[in-house]
Amino acid sequence: MTRDRYEMVVGLEVHVQLKTRSKAFCGCSTDFGAAPNANTCPVCLALPGALPVLNEHAVQLAARAALGLGCTVNPISVFARKNYFYPDLPKGYQISQFDQPLATGGSIAIGKDDKGDDVRIGITRLHMEEDAGKSIHDRYTGATAIDLNRAGVPLIEIVSEPDMRSAGEAGSYLRTLKQILQYLDVSDVSMEEGSLRVDANISVRPPGQSKLGVKTEVKNMNSFSAVERALEAEYERQCALIDSGGAVQQQTLLWDGARGTVRPSRTKEGSHDYRYFPEPDLRPLILNPAWIDDARKNLAELPDARKKRVGAEFGLSSGELDQLMATPALVDYYEAVARQSGDGKGAYNWVMGEVSASLRASGEDITEFRVRPADLAQLLNLVRDGTISHTAAKRVFALMLETGKPAAQVAADERLVQVGDEGAIDAWVEEVLQEHPEEAKRYLAGEKKLQGVLVGFVMKKSKGRADPKRVNQLLSARAG
Amino acid sequence: MAVTRDDVFHIAELARLGIDDARADALTAELSSILAHMEVLSQVDTAQVPPAAGVGAGGTPLRPDATIAPLMEQTLESFAPSMRDGFFIVPRLATHEDSSESGA
Amino acid sequence: MNVADYTRLGAAAISGKVRSGEVAPSDVVRAAFERAGEIGAGPDALNIFLHADEEACVTETKEVQQHLDTAADVGILAGVPVAIKDNIASLGLPTTCASRILGGYVSPFEATAVTRLRANGAIIIAKTNMDEFAMGSSTENSAFGPTRNPHDVRCVPGGSSGGSAAAVAAGITPIALGSETGGSVRQPAAFCGVVGVKPTYGRVSRYGLVAFASSLDQIGVLGRTVDDAAIGLEVIAGFDKADSTSSDADVPIYRVSALGKPAPEARHPDTEAMRIGRSPVPLPPPPDSTTLKGLVIGKPKEYFPESLDPSIRAHCERALDRFRSMGAVIRDVSLPRSPLAIPVYYVLAPAEASSNLARFDGVRYGLRVDPGKGLKSMYEATRSQGFGPEVTRRILLGTYVLSAGYYDAYYKKAQAVRTLIADDFRAVFASGVHAIFTPTTPTPAFPIGAISDPYEMYLNDIFTVTANLAGVPAISVPIGRVRRLPVGGQIIAAHFDEYTMFRVAYALEASLGAEAHQ
Repeated sequence: MTRDRYEMVVGLEVHVQLKTRSKAFCGCSTDFGAAPNANTCPVCLALPGALPVLNEHAVQLAARAALGLGCTVNPISVFARKNYFYPDLPKGYQISQFDQPLATGGSIAIGKDDKGDDVRIGITRLHMEEDAGKSIHDRYTGATAIDLNRAGVPLIEIVSEPDMRSAGEAGSYLRTLKQILQYLDVSDVSMEEGSLRVDANISVRPPGQSKLGVKTEVKNMNSFSAVERALEAEYERQCALIDSGGAVQQQTLLWDGARGTVRPSRTKEGSHDYRYFPEPDLRPLILNPAWIDDARKNLAELPDARKKRVGAEFGLSSGELDQLMATPALVDYYEAVARQSGDGKGAYNWVMGEVSASLRASGEDITEFRVRPADLAQLLNLVRDGTISHTAAKRVFALMLETGKPAAQVAADERLVQVGDEGAIDAWVEEVLQEHPEEAKRYLAGEKKLQGVLVGFVMKKSKGRADPKRVNQLLSARAG
Repeated sequence: MAVTRDDVFHIAELARLGIDDARADALTAELSSILAHMEVLSQVDTAQVPPAAGVGAGGTPLRPDATIAPLMEQTLESFAPSMRDGFFIVPRLATHEDSSESGA
Repeated sequence: MNVADYTRLGAAAISGKVRSGEVAPSDVVRAAFERAGEIGAGPDALNIFLHADEEACVTETKEVQQHLDTAADVGILAGVPVAIKDNIASLGLPTTCASRILGGYVSPFEATAVTRLRANGAIIIAKTNMDEFAMGSSTENSAFGPTRNPHDVRCVPGGSSGGSAAAVAAGITPIALGSETGGSVRQPAAFCGVVGVKPTYGRVSRYGLVAFASSLDQIGVLGRTVDDAAIGLEVIAGFDKADSTSSDADVPIYRVSALGKPAPEARHPDTEAMRIGRSPVPLPPPPDSTTLKGLVIGKPKEYFPESLDPSIRAHCERALDRFRSMGAVIRDVSLPRSPLAIPVYYVLAPAEASSNLARFDGVRYGLRVDPGKGLKSMYEATRSQGFGPEVTRRILLGTYVLSAGYYDAYYKKAQAVRTLIADDFRAVFASGVHAIFTPTTPTPAFPIGAISDPYEMYLNDIFTVTANLAGVPAISVPIGRVRRLPVGGQIIAAHFDEYTMFRVAYALEASLGAEAHQ
């Protein structure tokens, strides 16, 4: 097996777009979907004489991300120019950070190993930089169209240690990283929208060898699973190359998802000489240690901690928690319902059941969902105190969604409030027995399994209002 | 360190300056001569000098995260060499040519 | 307003006449253009102006006139014609940096310094010739031909702000903006017999100044007199939130009208209020024997080498004698690392320039030359045809010193030595020296075409470049003539102490009187 002879060694570079209103160095909007070059100004067009001024919120978000990844935020970091020519890079250099980045030395746990210990992936550094614009090659024949709306949007680059040993670990790292950044609310972290981009460095070596093999860089992956597939493909390619007596060459490769292969980028190797030097238009970024401490203290609860706490507070299983934790908004919603209803399990069933189904159907985001946590908690309370039946509750929920009215009002309006009155229920039982003489006869003759069917008939007749416990009691009494 | 002709072509490529052979020869001599005057710097002991990070005292000022309509007295079309449908137009690049550099 | 009168008036006097209603701003502008016409500011003569539009200017004066008519605050430069170096972005007139690559380019925004001038009533009458992208010391590197020195048309006016210095020397405007990276205001000021000031790095916003070497660039002012330079600087100085390297230090009144009086009233930095609402103060009283009492003026030996032109040395000694006679103490000092300044400068400035000039790629604005062979050939054709030989040379030099394998030996080393050069200045000022006096240049203006070796040309900056590297303010003041050509003396002060620098400059100017031009 290849896998026994060669170990895969992977490090990832992840670019994440920060959630700011304006660009990193100018007041242009970061909104997507504007007309081409509508969100541009002298600064991001690199007009002669324009100068950058750093966005405060971008610094806050970058520091928050760094602290959430366990990095040390450096009190002094320095912006540098990375020089290269490309038509969507207006200044001819990208403002980035080089030898003095914002943050260094973090790590995140991506799961447990066989012994139950955390598998941790080191974070080498996290630095701030600006995005380039967009080159559109397929719009016009013989010409490339340049849109600079994106130019200058703030990014962070998160560079991992070469700590991953399989494509699966790389996938886990990316999912964990994405979740942390989501919980810190620093980015939309969507690969589809381009707010998260991944480049992979991969090499192979015989197990037990500590020296790293020659690495290649793989780019152009548009999903986490594409990253995993690309790593597998490149691993196989490198192993086969070495097996056939060849040697891996340091180069940049592009993943071709349609063919499932990597191919060399046309960029000439050695033509990259970015001539980094400190950006003279900005002074060093100086962060007060007290400010950094504050940022650390005010950090949102990280996913691991939150999972533990929510699990303990509401008695959910790890599997249930994983579902709820899919997005911070979902678990926020859940926690609010669970806390206000005092029913963790019930809240879970509703949130993962009716609520999720409605959201899937409508494509809405939970933050915009019409039934707010307090409304749902009221509905849960009505079920628990017997005011409405579970069956009726689903109808009430649907009507709440439709009308926006609170649960109690919907239940009253639709006459769905449960009927506990013995006389009324007994009358429905009597009618059902009359209307279904065959089932009635067999049931009264001792065929107990028919009780469920008869309860169903009664519930239907009562339009769900009959208290099913009472119905059962009354039927059992008749059967003797 | 004398600059070679190859060096001149290499840096001209990095700087996207097209130079012909005759000019390359002249530049090789000129740059070598200028750089020769800079050799004196190598004799200065700078071991104890902290690296100068940026300019001026204090940290870089920060700007509130607010969008501002760009103050432009002319449209992009007034100065752009080639525009179409609001895009700047440049000669065709093959898809992904050099794209490793873009957006990195 | 008659032209002969106009050419004799300083900015304060012109503004005074405009405010009092004695002359209309449009008359002043007409006089400025008449003077430009009679002395030959156009391309066929002195070649001072690259872009000017008399009728548009006269129209612009209507706003100032309106303010006057309604008795609104017109500003301390009310109706004063100002010329602007062509690398400072201005609305209305092109901003080409005297380069083919920006031929015809009109900036859609304006430099903060220009906005401040206008807010104080100034009328921008022209954009002036310069060395392309401010790279040069003679204005011979303009894509639009050299400017000629008004004192001797066979000679260069110095550079790179040669057009601005010539405009002031020719009496076309009392004030002009220039820019400095290594001496580009002070050296042409000295060659043209006018005053040129380079403020502390960060004192004036660089927003709208087309970058050459960002860590060294500063907008400076050329003036007929010290007072003109002081008023000009006072108007454009101050924090600007659009320039991260601009300083929020208070800006004192520089017009040292309050000669001998204690600390001047400070103007607090305010980015929104660019208007200076003070009335001009009359010129200081004639200096007496106590004018500079209490000041220590340093004479650095490195700036008075054996090889210094004896006539320039003699003029400097005369100036130093005047300082003594006004009560200052002259102290021999040393700035030992100054001889390293030219090598340091010609590593750092081209390095930054190679990056700053990458944006001129033919994609978004300016020249595009497209041979039809793809993107790379468009870049190369545009840039090689758009940039002149000196700019090309410096871009290549800068690319080289930043490239892999050479960064540490050149760029990093030069940064470290720059720190040492600045330390020398700090040490001298910390030792109780208030100002330093040197010649501005080692020679007077030289004939056009006389210097062909690039490095020999670079040596023109030998006495000025250290102030840029250290970030300290410096001013060049006329101190006499050598072979009928003007020469300047340089006064350097500590960071943000332009006040002391002006105080010494005012005193020197007043004490030399007409001798400054003899």
